[in-house]
Amino acid sequence: MRHEFRVTVGPTGFRIGSDWKQPLDRLAALYRGYPAPEIPDFTVRLFARRHWRRIVRPSVTIGGDYMLPDAAPLSLAHGLLGAEMGMNLQMALGQRRYLLLHASAVERDGKAVLMTGESGAGKSTLSALLGERGWRFMGDEFALIDLETGALHAFPRPVSLKNEAIGLFESDVEPCRLGPRMCDTPKGDIRHLRPPDDAVERMAVPAKPALLLFPRFGHAPDVRDIGEAEVFVRLTQASTNYVALGEAAFHALSTLVQTVPTRAIDYPDTQSAIDTVERLWAELAE
Amino acid sequence: MAADPVYRADPPEARRVIALDGVALIFHRPSGLTHIVAPPAPQILDALTEGDAGAEALLDRLERDYEFDDSQDLEAALEARLAELETAGLVWRA
Amino acid sequence: MSDARLLIRALTDPASTAVLDADGWTALIAMARGEMLMGSLAHRLDGLALPETAARLCADALRSADHGRRQALWEAEMTRRVLSPLGEPVVLLKGTAYVAAGLSAGVGRSIGDLDILVRRDALDAVERALIDQGGWEWVKEDEYDDAYYRDHMHELPPLIHKDRDRMIDVHHTVLPLTAKPTPDAESMIAESAALEDGLRILSPPDMICHAAAHLFADGDLAGGLRNLWDIDRLCRDFGGRDGFWTALGERADRHQLAGPVARALRLAETLYDTPVDGDIAGRGRAGDTLCVRRLLARDGWGREAHKGLRLAFYIRSHWLRMPPVMLAKHLWTKWRKD
Repeated sequence: MRHEFRVTVGPTGFRIGSDWKQPLDRLAALYRGYPAPEIPDFTVRLFARRHWRRIVRPSVTIGGDYMLPDAAPLSLAHGLLGAEMGMNLQMALGQRRYLLLHASAVERDGKAVLMTGESGAGKSTLSALLGERGWRFMGDEFALIDLETGALHAFPRPVSLKNEAIGLFESDVEPCRLGPRMCDTPKGDIRHLRPPDDAVERMAVPAKPALLLFPRFGHAPDVRDIGEAEVFVRLTQASTNYVALGEAAFHALSTLVQTVPTRAIDYPDTQSAIDTVERLWAELAE
Repeated sequence: MAADPVYRADPPEARRVIALDGVALIFHRPSGLTHIVAPPAPQILDALTEGDAGAEALLDRLERDYEFDDSQDLEAALEARLAELETAGLVWRA
Repeated sequence: MSDARLLIRALTDPASTAVLDADGWTALIAMARGEMLMGSLAHRLDGLALPETAARLCADALRSADHGRRQALWEAEMTRRVLSPLGEPVVLLKGTAYVAAGLSAGVGRSIGDLDILVRRDALDAVERALIDQGGWEWVKEDEYDDAYYRDHMHELPPLIHKDRDRMIDVHHTVLPLTAKPTPDAESMIAESAALEDGLRILSPPDMICHAAAHLFADGDLAGGLRNLWDIDRLCRDFGGRDGFWTALGERADRHQLAGPVARALRLAETLYDTPVDGDIAGRGRAGDTLCVRRLLARDGWGREAHKGLRLAFYIRSHWLRMPPVMLAKHLWTKWRKD
C-alpha cells in the first residue's frame, strides 16, 4: 500500500496501510512516542474501493485481517476515524490472547478501577478525566484481562471525545494533545485526546482489578449493589471474544466476578462521578 | 402411545459448575457454551450421573437427595428445567 | 516474494521460514489470514523456533482452530440428536466431516457453517425436524428467493439456530441442479461411511470429487488455496491405499467431474507437491497456468490482487450476534432492564 503506519498499543501491534497520506499523518501525531511493532498482530487497510475513488470524492473503505461485509465507507476527512474503527474491529474480532471487555480503566498503586456499560454511559470521559487527576489512564475502550493471572493489561489509545465532552478538556490540556475536530460524523463532533505521557510510558505495566463500576450518566447520584450472576451476564455482553476463548474465559470472568467488588453508580455530572469513584475506592479497594 | 422419555446427561467431567447467588453457571465442555441455570437444573444434572432416568425416577432421586421448599411444585419445576436442559443440549433423550 | 508462493512454501516446507525477516513474517501472516489458512499454517509451524510475535499469533491461531473444531462438532451432534429418529442417512460435508473423522485435512482448519447431504426424498422430513424439534429457523433475508433455492440450488434455504446463531445448509446434491456436471448424490450417500455416532462422511474418493467440484464451481477460484490444501491432505491420507486412485477415477467419471478432478490434482501437485497418480491427473492443460496465477494472486497486505475485489474473510454479521451466555428463559426477565 502507498502509505503505512505502525503502532503498538499495550500488548498489541498494528500495521495500518492507507491509500492516502492524511489519515496516517494525523494518526502519527496522536500516537507520537508510542513504540512500533516489527511484526504486527493485526493489519488494517484504508483503501479506495475503486481506484478513481482515491482522488474523486475520496471514499475510504475500511479493511484488514478482519472485515465487515456491509461497512459504509467514510469521507477522507474522517479517515482518522476509519483507522480507529479498523483497529477496534481487529481487536473485537481477532483478539484471542486476552479476554476483551468493553470497558475503561484507570490505575492507582497497582490496582485498577474498571468502568463498563452502554455507549453514552460516560465510561470513556470519566476515565480520561481521572487520568488528568492523578490516576494512570489505562484505556477508554478495551480492557484486556489476562486469562491466567486475571491481571488487567492497559490499552491506552487516544480517547475519542464526543460532542459536549470535548469542552471538558479543551481548555485544560495542552493543545498538542488534541486531534483535529471532526464534525458531522455519525456520532456528532469528535476530537481525540492523547493520553498523558505516563499512560504511554507505563502501558506495558499491568494492574490488579480492584473495583468494577457500571456508571450511568444523567441521573441523581446513587450507588447500588449488583448480584454476582447479573454482573457475570453483563460482562459477557460487554465482551466480544468471551465465547471464542472458551473455558479459560469462563474461569477468568467468574474469578473476576467473585473477587472484585462491583457497584452500579448513577451520576448527574462528572464531578459527582469522580467524587463517588474516589469514595468507593477508599471504601472497597484500598 | 409413546413411552415416557428417558434422559441422559454428560458425565460430571464434561461440566465446570460455579454457584453464584442462587444460580449455577455451567461451562459445558463439549459445546464450549456457557449456561446459567436455576435449581433444580444443576441437581437434575447431578442426579443423572447415577444413570439414565425418566422424569419420575428423577423426581425420586431429587427428593431423596435434596431438601426442596415444600411450597415449590417440584414436579412442575422438574419438567420445566428438563425441557430447558434439553434445548440447551445439556440433556438429551437416550 | 510478493505473492502467495510465500504462503505455499511455508506450508509445504515449514523449516524454510527460518530465513524470513520481520517483514516476511508480517506478509506471511496477512496472506495466511486472507486465505483462511492461518490455523493450518500454525499447525505446520508447531514446534519450530519462531520470532516472539509470530509464535504468539500461531498459538492464538491454534486455540481458535480448536474452538472452531469444537463448535463444528457440537453443531453436528445437535443435528444428530434431532435427525437420528428419522432413520435417514445424514452425511457431513467439508470441514466438519474432516474434523469428525480425524483427518489431517481437518487439522487447523477454519470451519464455517455445517453442511450436510441427505436424500432428496428426505428433505421435507429433515426440514420439519430441524425447525419443529431442533430450534432452527429460516434466515430472514429478503434477497433469498425461497422457490429459487429449492428448485435450482442444491440446498434448502439457509437455516439458522435460534439460540446458537449457527447456520446449517442442508443439501440433496453437491452442485446446483442447473450446473453442467451432475454428480450422483444418491451414489455418494450409498458409498458413504458411518462414524461412531451414526453420522456419515463421504468416501475418500467422493470427498476429493466434492472438493474439486467446489474449487471450480464459482469460476474465480476464491478460497482455492485452502480447497487445494484440503485435497492435498486427503491425497496424502488415502493415496497409499490399494485401489484408491482407480476408485477416484471411476467416481470422477460417474459424477461427470473427471476434468475438474484432474485439474485439481495437477494444481495440488504444482503448488503443494502432492503425490498424485499421473493417469488420473492427466497432462498439463492450457488453463492450468492461468489458474495458478489466480491462486497466487494474494499480496503481503492480504489482498487479492486480481480484479473483482472479493473479500475472503467476511465475518457474517450473524457471528457477531452470537449470544455469549445461554440464559434459561425464565431468568431472562430478571436482567431484561438496561
